[in-house]
Amino acid sequence: MRSLYISYISEFYKSRKTLAFWAAIILPVLICGLIAVGYYFNAEKVLKYNYPGMVLWGQYSGASLGVMGMLILPFYVMFMAFSVNNIEHKNDTWKTLFAQPLNKLSIYAAKYLYAVVLLFICLLLFAFLTFTSGYILQMLVPKYTFNDYNPFLVLSKYYTKLFLASLGILSVQFVFSLIWSDFLKPMGIGFVGIIGGIITANVGWAYAYLIPYSAPTLALRITRVSKNAKPEDFPIFTQEIWVSLAVAAAMFIIGYFILLKRNIK
Amino acid sequence: MSNYAIETVGLNYNFGAQAVVKNLSLQVPKGSIYGFLGPNGAGKTTTIKILLNLLQSPSDQVFIFGKEINSNRIASLKRMGSLVEQPAIYGHLTGKENLLNRCILLGIRKSKCAEMLSLVGLTDAANKKAGKYSLGMKQRLGIALALISDPELLLLDEPTNGLDPNGIIEIRNLMIDLTAKHGKTILVSSHLLAEIERTATHVGIINKGELLFQGTIGALQDLSKPAVKIETDHQEKAISILKNEGIETTPIDELTFSIAYIDKAAMGKINTLLVNNGVSVYSISKERKDLENLFLDITSKN
Repeated sequence: MRSLYISYISEFYKSRKTLAFWAAIILPVLICGLIAVGYYFNAEKVLKYNYPGMVLWGQYSGASLGVMGMLILPFYVMFMAFSVNNIEHKNDTWKTLFAQPLNKLSIYAAKYLYAVVLLFICLLLFAFLTFTSGYILQMLVPKYTFNDYNPFLVLSKYYTKLFLASLGILSVQFVFSLIWSDFLKPMGIGFVGIIGGIITANVGWAYAYLIPYSAPTLALRITRVSKNAKPEDFPIFTQEIWVSLAVAAAMFIIGYFILLKRNIK
Repeated sequence: MSNYAIETVGLNYNFGAQAVVKNLSLQVPKGSIYGFLGPNGAGKTTTIKILLNLLQSPSDQVFIFGKEINSNRIASLKRMGSLVEQPAIYGHLTGKENLLNRCILLGIRKSKCAEMLSLVGLTDAANKKAGKYSLGMKQRLGIALALISDPELLLLDEPTNGLDPNGIIEIRNLMIDLTAKHGKTILVSSHLLAEIERTATHVGIINKGELLFQGTIGALQDLSKPAVKIETDHQEKAISILKNEGIETTPIDELTFSIAYIDKAAMGKINTLLVNNGVSVYSISKERKDLENLFLDITSKN
C-alpha cells in the first residue's frame, strides 16, 4: 500500500509539468469559460426564448457536455493515457522504475490510478465550473432563470456516468500506449475507434454498447432522451457502463502482464 | 553469512533461442571494486539487468548478499543502486527534480539532493532541465541517482561513458572513496580494461556470455608473464643453440623470437652464449604483455 502511495505521488510529481496534467485543468476552464462568456454577451438572444430554469440549465450544461463528451473527452483520454506511459518510454526510465525497491504491481497500478484520477479531476472541474458559472451568470444577468432549478443532482449523475463510460476507452488506450512507445499507433487506433464508436452509437446499432469507444456517446444520448421526462431520473449503470467497467478491469489486468512480459525483453 | 555481495551460480539466460549468458558464476566480494569487463555485446548489460531483477533469472542462480534475488527482490533492491546503460532521467524535469522524484520513491529526506548534486558537481546546473544536459552531465546525474539511497552495493554500467578525462578521474576517485571510506561494494562494467585497471580490486572478464577470467587484479597481472625478445642475424642457429641448453623458444617473426624471462643475469648469459657461438644479437629486451593485450588475448581466444 505504501508502495502504491509513493509511486502515485511520484507520478504526480513527474507529470505536473506535462501537458496531460495541465489539460485536465485547462480544458474545463477553457470550455466552460467560453460558454459562460457566450451566455453573458449573448444574454439577450438566450432570454428571447424564455426558457424555464430546468431547460436553461439543460441548454447551458448541454453546450459543454456536447462539445466535450462526444469529441474532446475521448481524445483527451487517449492523449492522457499516451502521455502517462510515454513519460517512461521517452526517457527510457522503465528500467529505473522497476529497479527501485517497490512492488511492481504498485508501480503499474499507480500509473493507472493516476490516469483515472486525472480524468476524474477533469470531469469534476467540468461539473463544478458548469454549476458555479451558471449561478455567476445569474448574478450578472438577473433575468436568467438559473435560480429556478437546482441542477446539482442531474449534473453529478451526468458526469459520473460520463466518467464511468470513459474508463473503458482509457484502459484500452492505456494498454496500447504501454505496448507501443510511438505516438501514431495508439492514437491512430484510438482515432478510428472513436469515430467508429460515434458512428455505431448514432446509427443505433444493437451491439454498439459492446464497443468501449461508443460508451460516452451512448451515455450522453440515453441521458438526453430521458431528460425530457424527469431530468434526474436516469439510471447510471446502463449496459454500456457495465461494459466499460468490465473492459477497464480486464485491460488493467492484461496491461500488468504485458508490462511484466515487456520487461523481460 | 555470505562473503559475496553478488554471487551467481551457473547462471544461464536466453533471449529466445540465443544464449546471452552461459553458466556464469560471478563472485563479487564485499568491499571490492569489481571490474566487469568484456567487449560490446558480451552480455554485461544483460547480466546487470539480471542482477537488478529487471530480467527474471532462474531460481537459485543469483544471490545478492547471500539472498536469492527472485524471492527477495525488494529487500535486495533496497541495498542496491544502479546505473544501467545510458542514464535514465526525465528530460522535462530539472536535475534537482529528478533527484527529488527519486527521494519520493525511496522515502529519503529531500536534503539529500543538494548533497548528491554537489558530490557529482552539478550544483550549478541543478535547476536546468536534465534534457538539456550534456552526455557527461547526464551521466553524473545518473550516478547521483544511483548513490542517493546510500546503497551498500552499486552496479554501474559503463559509468564513464561520455565523460571527459577529468570526469573519468573524478568518477574513479569517487569509486575508490566509496569503497575505502564507506565500505561499499561496486560492480563496474566496461569494455576498456585500461579504464578500470587502476581502480578495480577484482576483475571478471566475459565474452559471448561466458566468464573467461575471474580473480584479483594481481592474479590477472600474473597471467601476463614477461618474456625476453631476441633479434639475431641467424634465427635457426640461435634457436638450436638455445635448444641444446634446454631453453624453449617461441618464434615471433623471421628475425625475432622470444624466451621466458627469468632474471637479468640469465638474459646476459644468453646473450654471451649466442655471441660466443657466432650469432650476432641485434637486440635483446624484456617485454611484458600489458593488461590490455592480455584482455584482448583472453577475449579473442573464445
